[in-house]
Amino acid sequence: MKAIKFGVVVLTAFLLINSQNSVAGEQPAQSSLKASIARGKELYLVQCLACHQVDGGGVPHLNAPLDGSANVKGIDKAKLIKIVLNGLKGEEIEGENYSNVMAPHKELTDQQIADILTYVRNAWSNKASQVTVAEVKTVRAKLK
Amino acid sequence: MRKIVSLVLASFALFSISVNAADSTHTNKLVLVKPDADNAGLKLPAGFGALKVADNLGRTRHLVVSAQGDVYIKVQGRVTGDKGIIKLRDTNGDGKAESISNFGNYGGTGIAIKNGYLYASSDEEVFRYKLDDKGDVIDTKQPEKIITGLKKGNQHETKSIALDNEGNIYVNIGAYSNSCQIEDRSKGSLGRMPCPILDSAGGIWQFKVNVPNQTYAQGVRYATGLRNVVGLDWNSQLNQLFVMQHGRDQLHDLFPDLYDEKASAEKPAETMYAIKKGTNAGWPYIYYDPEMNKKIVAPEYGGDGKKESTDPAFSNPAIAFPAHLAPNGLLFYTGNQFPAKYKNGAFIAFHGSWNRAPLPQAGYFVVFVPFENGKPTGKWEVFADGFSGMEVVTGTRGAAHRPCGLAQGPDGSLYVSDDVKGTIYRIVYNKETK
Repeated sequence: MKAIKFGVVVLTAFLLINSQNSVAGEQPAQSSLKASIARGKELYLVQCLACHQVDGGGVPHLNAPLDGSANVKGIDKAKLIKIVLNGLKGEEIEGENYSNVMAPHKELTDQQIADILTYVRNAWSNKASQVTVAEVKTVRAKLK
Repeated sequence: MRKIVSLVLASFALFSISVNAADSTHTNKLVLVKPDADNAGLKLPAGFGALKVADNLGRTRHLVVSAQGDVYIKVQGRVTGDKGIIKLRDTNGDGKAESISNFGNYGGTGIAIKNGYLYASSDEEVFRYKLDDKGDVIDTKQPEKIITGLKKGNQHETKSIALDNEGNIYVNIGAYSNSCQIEDRSKGSLGRMPCPILDSAGGIWQFKVNVPNQTYAQGVRYATGLRNVVGLDWNSQLNQLFVMQHGRDQLHDLFPDLYDEKASAEKPAETMYAIKKGTNAGWPYIYYDPEMNKKIVAPEYGGDGKKESTDPAFSNPAIAFPAHLAPNGLLFYTGNQFPAKYKNGAFIAFHGSWNRAPLPQAGYFVVFVPFENGKPTGKWEVFADGFSGMEVVTGTRGAAHRPCGLAQGPDGSLYVSDDVKGTIYRIVYNKETK
């Protein structure tokens, strides 16, 4: 009986240590991604939702969709960052024309843009890598 | 399940009674067609039924029905294979299109028939095709270009058309802007004064139907201060043009200190105007508040959300509707098939909103506006609903169908186009089920 109790304690301790280890091991990247997505979602609701809609579907022929968009999920993060900074007008996107203009959003900080883009790249059916503050900073500097 | 089956059977039986009744009482060979068992997915007032005339036609915008019952539909976007205009013919009288043909190599929205001609617009030009005595286009390849060089911006680019009885055609030229801000749709950006867009857009222009290649120089700016009109119709009873304006967007996004999200979802009204030559509806300087029933100074032009406009230049709407519903089709009903209350009243196809987010979207239906003594009574009602296929539309992309154009058939049926899936609906009334 004692042996079993001891075993449970050891096992529990082992699991605890192990799980802590794994958290400790993955935490920086994982939790920074999660936190960025969470901040990005809050910003999305204020900055983007009106046009791109709650489901990221945009509005057919008016505002481009973000959900499922190859541009949004793609590897060219600089292109995305540039669109947020400069806005977009009259450009064909993935074979479709969209009537409404997207205003420039230079007033957003590098952190805010990184968070919004990280969110839209990981919301709905999208899954793609994080956009970092450094990446936004680089693109912004080139535009000046 | 059995209940549903017997209901469906019963409604079939009722409609077939009316088909027989129509056969025996109508002398003009117009036979009421049988609605689809599910009324094409639409919710309609008692006694009405609906069927799908055709489906999957593309971005079908406005449509018109010839005296012979053929349906001509204008298709928007980049068209290929001469699919700018689609013609539907019901060859066996079942209401469905057995014959589908097409012509015209340009996308667009406007289409109309008047005095032996079919008129159709691209986003920059208006063409007309002579019809033979069967209502068929004589030369589909070489229409007359009657209007050219109209301004086409990045938004509100469609050119809707309506014709009067005196040889004039009216063309909407939408403002290529939301509210004439220095920086369009940018937070806090102020309005340009005076708004330079109004010289060549943001209004209705009048041209002659029979003069080729007219430009702005030959046109008359008939009405101004209209941000964008898609639905418009000539009311022959009143001999007057009526238009539906799409109200401005994004009050909260652009001026968050003055408007919260709810105010932005509920303002400004979508508005109907009874147009006279020279009417000024006030865009971009004002908007119409549907709750206060007042013209309010736009925030880009010194408004604070409450300040009323006292400028006598700006007209009041004939009737106001909830915000952002996007009125894309207007039709004054002159037929005899529907009950008497519908005669000379207006049907409006509301395309459905996107600008109410984060609140649920609205519209995606056809409403009826009763008219008395040439004016709307104010008591409008939803006539046909269920286009979106969902109880609540949260994202616009999810709507299965969006009503866009309206037309009346020679037998008084109401036709509705959908520009998501390209479905053409025909709504009929059956006296037996009243």
